[in-house]
Amino acid sequence: MTIQFNDETFRDDYTFRNSDWAIKRFPFPFHEDSYMYSVNMEQHKGGPAGSVYEKRFDVDEHYVSEMRDRAKVLDEDPLRCQSLPHMTLAGWDLLELIMESKSEDYPDLFELHRDGNKWRWINKPLGIDDTFTFLDESTLPYGPMEYITRQAQGDYAVLDQRDDMLWMDAGMITTQADWSLDFDIGMNFFEWHAPVPLAHEKGIFIRALKFLLNVQQGAPARRLNWTMTVNPLLDTSPEHYHKWGIQKTELTAENIGQKQHLRVELQTFFRLPRSNALVFPIRCYLCSFQDLMTMPKWGRRLHRVIRDLPVELATYKGFIDNRPLMIDYLSQFDDGLPTSPGIWPDRETEPPLQK
Amino acid sequence: MSKFEFPPSIPSRPVWGTLEARSGKSHLMIADAEGAEAILDVATPEMMANTHIIFISNGTDYADKLRTLNPAQFYEGPSYPASVQRIQRVLSAAHMGLQVYLAGTESLMGQAMNEAVNAGIPHTAIQTEHRGSTARRMQCVHCKGMTENVEMDPFVCSHCGLNLFVRDHYSRRHAAYQGVCIDAEDPGNVPEPKGIYE
Ligand code: HEM
Repeated sequence: MTIQFNDETFRDDYTFRNSDWAIKRFPFPFHEDSYMYSVNMEQHKGGPAGSVYEKRFDVDEHYVSEMRDRAKVLDEDPLRCQSLPHMTLAGWDLLELIMESKSEDYPDLFELHRDGNKWRWINKPLGIDDTFTFLDESTLPYGPMEYITRQAQGDYAVLDQRDDMLWMDAGMITTQADWSLDFDIGMNFFEWHAPVPLAHEKGIFIRALKFLLNVQQGAPARRLNWTMTVNPLLDTSPEHYHKWGIQKTELTAENIGQKQHLRVELQTFFRLPRSNALVFPIRCYLCSFQDLMTMPKWGRRLHRVIRDLPVELATYKGFIDNRPLMIDYLSQFDDGLPTSPGIWPDRETEPPLQK
Repeated sequence: MSKFEFPPSIPSRPVWGTLEARSGKSHLMIADAEGAEAILDVATPEMMANTHIIFISNGTDYADKLRTLNPAQFYEGPSYPASVQRIQRVLSAAHMGLQVYLAGTESLMGQAMNEAVNAGIPHTAIQTEHRGSTARRMQCVHCKGMTENVEMDPFVCSHCGLNLFVRDHYSRRHAAYQGVCIDAEDPGNVPEPKGIYE
């Protein structure tokens, strides 16, 4: 299908909206009625047609507006995109991976023409037609990682692999769930995960790292992560927390359905060929509570998950104060019926709300 | 003087060691204030014959005691920032086998550690020992300004004036802990500051 790109904002007047198509394909992150951290990783080799799993780098109706938002963030704070000097080759690897994937997966939107090292890249939604020399930085307006990630939805952490460890040595981070690239750059896998509660004790990070060190070229992996955001604010950075934190207190029983968003990250892992680095795209999807409630299964399940979530997780994810309000709202959509296993909405087979 | 036992913390928080005399062709010792005691504890005459000590007194009177060790080179700097170019110069001329000893506050050790690592000194040749003040060097995540000598939580950012709480999350590149606005969700509601380890 051809995608109709929205003209919308993720700040100030918040005109962001999801179409029915976007709601239906929203990556609901709960495969059962409860949630706890786990090593939830699987191969990233496609998925149901139209789902966010289908393509290597999903492009949706928010693409153009998200890229505009990213450019604004970078104008204000260039430190959101950084690359340590030894990471330039990994940046080229990433540029190649995204250009190849997008031009093969969306030939009507993106074209890549290669003649040796002379490359021509056409990005129709953003109106870009650039010719450059692969591996020659002087032929691009930005470094290779910055150039391509200004044209790709989601954040990108680029990890150097050495001494059986991953190091966060480069990244483009403007749609983060409250963590700072500028602070974390140069840290290793255990250090940047240091603030996460419970998971270290459960051995989750040791097992996750072992898995990631063995991700092979051409065999990417993926997982979902989630949190909560009031208003469809993409840039929930710690840098600006003193400005957006107050919005969490503006939630009421009347506006919660529209203001409260479930924020889901589709995280993927790709090995890069020349640098042997690992790239970690973190793609953020937002959906308001009221839109989620149009799927009876998601209404039942979200209520149960939020109600039963351990205090440590609700605190870390920053919604412990608003949890009672959320539970009140969500309970209206839970009639106690069982839910089918898996994340898909199962619209045709799940019964409508019996209340 | 007894050493402070830091409580268990998260994995990004640095863990400091105890200095021991190592054999090596040359030794560089960088310390501030009570860090001098850690040097006095390990110094031997043979070692001192090949040792360069860089010391920042922070108002203590250890400098004379260190001088009596007779190190090959001794420098007393008025502050860490005033000494950093000398530290870089010395490290840039370092030969294989240089042993580096850092002692004193976390701020000094963290910053000098960065210089040593950037100069290519292997981690295995760098030792640390915490002595003296447990104050932290804090980076404000909002304005990026550093505030030195933070002993209380919360504290006021010395650059942008926001009320910040003290996290244990630590960046080696910044040699600093992270400070985050404490009253963002309830402006003006700032708890009474108390000691970080109280
Ligand atoms: C190498 C790629 C990865 C990167 C760059 C990355 C990065 C991060 C960052 C920056 C945070 C926020 C920490 C903070 O509070 O400051 C985080 C949270 C977390 N990460 Fe990762 N991560 C990676 C892979 C993984 C994997 C494979 C797992 C598998 C279990 C995982 C599990 C988690 C969990 C459970 C959290 C807490 C999230 C929440 O409750 O909202 N991460 N990660």
